[in-house]
Amino acid sequence: MKIGVCIKRVPDTETRIKIGADGKSIDESGVKFVLNPFDEYAVEEALKLKEQAGGEVVVVCLGTEASQETIRTALAMGADSGVLLKASAVPLDPLVVARALAAELEQGAFDMILFGKLAIDDYGQAVGTMVAELLGLPSVSAITRLEVTDNTATAQREVEGALEVVEFSLPAVVTAEKGLNEPRYPALRGIMLAKKKPLEIKEVDLDQGGMEVVELTLPPERKAGRIVGEGPDAVPALVDALRNEAKVV
Amino acid sequence: MTFQGVDYYNVDSMLSDHERAVRDMVRRWVDDEVLPIIKENYLAGTFPRQLIPRMGQLGFFGANLPAEYGCAALDNLSYGLIMQELERGDSGIRSFASVQGALVMYPIYAFGSEDQKRHWLPRMASGEVVGCFGLTEPDYGSDPGGMITTAREDGDSWVLNGSKMWITNGSTASVAIIWAKTGDLGDAKSIRGFVVPTDIPGFTAREQGGKLSLRLSDTSELVLQEVRVPKSAMLPGSSGLRSPIMCLNQARYGIAWGAVGAAVACFDEAVSYAKNRVMFNRPIGGFQLQQSRLADMLTEITKAQLLCLQLGRLKDAGRMTSGQVSLAKRNNVSTAAECARETRRLLGANGILAEYQAMRHLANLESVYTYEGTHDVHTLVLGQEITGLDAFRG
Repeated sequence: MKIGVCIKRVPDTETRIKIGADGKSIDESGVKFVLNPFDEYAVEEALKLKEQAGGEVVVVCLGTEASQETIRTALAMGADSGVLLKASAVPLDPLVVARALAAELEQGAFDMILFGKLAIDDYGQAVGTMVAELLGLPSVSAITRLEVTDNTATAQREVEGALEVVEFSLPAVVTAEKGLNEPRYPALRGIMLAKKKPLEIKEVDLDQGGMEVVELTLPPERKAGRIVGEGPDAVPALVDALRNEAKVV
Repeated sequence: MTFQGVDYYNVDSMLSDHERAVRDMVRRWVDDEVLPIIKENYLAGTFPRQLIPRMGQLGFFGANLPAEYGCAALDNLSYGLIMQELERGDSGIRSFASVQGALVMYPIYAFGSEDQKRHWLPRMASGEVVGCFGLTEPDYGSDPGGMITTAREDGDSWVLNGSKMWITNGSTASVAIIWAKTGDLGDAKSIRGFVVPTDIPGFTAREQGGKLSLRLSDTSELVLQEVRVPKSAMLPGSSGLRSPIMCLNQARYGIAWGAVGAAVACFDEAVSYAKNRVMFNRPIGGFQLQQSRLADMLTEITKAQLLCLQLGRLKDAGRMTSGQVSLAKRNNVSTAAECARETRRLLGANGILAEYQAMRHLANLESVYTYEGTHDVHTLVLGQEITGLDAFRG
């Protein structure tokens, strides 16, 4: 089974974001970058499929030179090889990204392609599904369970108040939701072995597509909370504050 | 919540990709699996044994030893980073890994026969076998050459007699490296290492209770009474006091790194508390006295980080001296203890609670200050390096 996983390098959720001098991008100095957490689920699921059915796992990443480190993380977890579609910047427009990934994936004869359901930097939630459409493959998004038998698969997704079970044929594209699995840590031996695994770099020339960042601003600072009192005696004051100050009840 | 670390001098930029990957992985593991449980284990005075196979699986034991023995084959700098991150969790966790890797696996690797290496190292790397290191005796701590544990040849066997004290992992271990004199008691050159299974007749281990420091660690007394082991139990490459000292140098190297982890854990706690704790209507971090504490801590931590980085590079280049290890162990542990103490004080009354880390680290670091060559002994090692005069022999 040949499994492809598309991954993205994103700022760590714990990082304090500073806006860059141009007002349109983040200042990357001192920012820690990680493998997108949702993509970690995708990598883990791919490794589990490989362990179960054999085959190989190829990670594909569209990003700058620095994304090599992110690919190595996936290789350290156990993926077999990586491809970096090297761009000077990652466009915000998901369709541009999806086209570049689809062009690469099209040549790979993959049985299964996995994505994280979204990247935590732009929360676009679009690329995986777009790639499926461009490749003409069935797709199931935000899955929390996946079972593959021969050329068919069953995935589970959480919809409001219910679970949806989807059966589909391979090849297919799925995107991973939190809860799909518990991603493994890259063991130390894996980190050392990853240095020697094949990582192919392909230059891609991308336009910025139809989306443009006009301005970036930080959310307004939250005002400090106020303790209205303690115990049951404080309830009337709390209700009053919620009703008349916050106007939420 | 992934810990973000403290890196005022951009030391990160001097690490390679794989070194950062190692550090980040261990850091995350400590956040996920160590910190949530550490308080309960510390208060109960028990080692979280469920972590042993996990640590083995991830490759923490003997991580700088070769892959052919089931180890991770890391460079020494990466090994140091592992120790740093483990001790950010607790000195007891780092001590466990130090003993297993530097004090048991290392001597088997460095002084053992090929059979001994193939038999023990893969099992120890996975955590299936836990080991301990028996050098210190009740009356011989800083002066290990005076030991009175003996090994006598008797036919096809060695017969060991004596007792060892302050042995980390002593009651948990299924194998012990026992150092004993094979000649006269006055002859430190006759010291040899023996690989002794702990379930052998005549071997007893008893945990030393009542510790107010390193409460996580199993610290035990070992008694060997007519313990008979085959000739093949001796580490054939071991020779004199130099051999156990070589092991201690490995461990001390890791301790110098580990201390930085404890110091950084405390500093992070101090900064966060100083910014959030309001007194006299403003965060206490706004007061000059607290800022002075924080500035001193950050300065000392930065110096300790740079010491470790260069020490690691020297070790990887095969140029590290034991004097350099002494300097780093002495400085960094002392620095870490000072950071823990100042954090404890900055936290006021809250600083004495197990809910915070400072006092746990402070109590631990008092042991680390004393073990693996006391602070004072390292002072005298450096004194000798500087003057050429040996303070021990007067």
